[in-house]
Amino acid sequence: MLTTIILQAVTAGASLAAFAKLGAALGAGIAAIGAGIGIGKIGGSAVEAIARQPESVNDIRTTMIIAAALVEGVALFAIIVAVLAIVM
Amino acid sequence: MMCKNKHRGWKLVFLLMFLFTQQSFASQQVEKEPFNAGEFLIGHISDSYSWHITNIGKTDISIPLPIIIKSKERGLFVFFSTKFEHGKAIYQGFGLSKSTKYKGKVVEYLRNGEEYRPLDFSITKNVFSLLISAVLLCFTFLSLAKFYKRTPMKAPKGFQGAMEYLVIFIQDEVIKPSIGKDYLRYSPYLLTLFFFILLNNILGIIPIFPGGANLTGNLAVTMVLAICTFIAVNLFANKDYWKEILLVPSAPTWLKIPIPMMPALELVGVFTKPLALMIRLFANMLAGHMIAMVFMALIFVFGSISPLLGTGVSVFSIFFAIFMNVLELLIIFIQAYVFTLLSSIFIGLSREETSHETTKKALN
Repeated sequence: MLTTIILQAVTAGASLAAFAKLGAALGAGIAAIGAGIGIGKIGGSAVEAIARQPESVNDIRTTMIIAAALVEGVALFAIIVAVLAIVM
Repeated sequence: MMCKNKHRGWKLVFLLMFLFTQQSFASQQVEKEPFNAGEFLIGHISDSYSWHITNIGKTDISIPLPIIIKSKERGLFVFFSTKFEHGKAIYQGFGLSKSTKYKGKVVEYLRNGEEYRPLDFSITKNVFSLLISAVLLCFTFLSLAKFYKRTPMKAPKGFQGAMEYLVIFIQDEVIKPSIGKDYLRYSPYLLTLFFFILLNNILGIIPIFPGGANLTGNLAVTMVLAICTFIAVNLFANKDYWKEILLVPSAPTWLKIPIPMMPALELVGVFTKPLALMIRLFANMLAGHMIAMVFMALIFVFGSISPLLGTGVSVFSIFFAIFMNVLELLIIFIQAYVFTLLSSIFIGLSREETSHETTKKALN
């Protein structure tokens, strides 16, 4: 059903900028899903590891924050691509 | 507020949020142009030729910054950006462009009506902020060094103690484990990198002068930092490092001859690692700045529909903006730490000695 709506918009003569915005918004949403899943898994395994060995809390916390920053970096690449899709 | 409740601080903050939300009623008589959220956002995040501080009534208070341009035919021009009167005037053949290609930048209007962008060395808002943070950094660390030189065995107190803690934390937890035994050679660069990024991130989140210029949210600045890391990694690398990249001894031969696929892939990897550093820092800082701006713009967007809606939204908007700024404080430190950590890891990897190198050195 989505493809019929898009095809109707194309035949009605919608400009390419509208599709760029649609694509960019969808891409940003999917990137958010990816980041959410990734960082959720990191947080979950960090909490499990702390439960198993409470005295290594500080090491685990540092590692978790570093890993979360790296995963968030990947999600932000996708955001940059989405912004590029809108402005270019 | 004489109650002995330990939450009276939070109650005061919450009450103050309601107090200041009534001001949106005042200016509804004059016909104003509708609030353009996109321009508001872009104006606050991007670079500009004058540092706008605030609007008092109708007058605009901003710091004028010099524009230094070198036109191809007419030579060097230096003048203050107030001559452009926010893009309305044309001064000596130069003006702020309104075209989509050079929007907001200084262009030279040629005789046939074309626009031409001269060599632009202006002190823009970002350059001025960079100079301020450079002066602050130099002043802080030179006075710290003087303190240590004068009284070497004395324990530092206060601000110097905090700086010493940070420096030792970065050097012992980040630089020394990653690089190994000649970490002192790279320690100046990596420590400078960390404190430069940290200070500029913090200045970006402060809303008023001298803060407020989003310097690390500028792709050019992070690109220069990534290029510096690229040079530090590749210029002083081991022979082993280049052998691993160009000859790839652990890959099967059909991936290297006749088409060198594995070396090409490894070369791409050499470039994408600093690229990832650049984009990570840029995107995090830009996103953090934009979120606070979006919440503020939301107030005005709702306020243009009806003042009551604006008041209601402003309570939640301010609360969320404060919360996002507190989160931004954490992200600031994390991003500076991760940039430095990854730079030192890359440097350490490029200078890593494999086992047969160490045995060769031991035998000689």
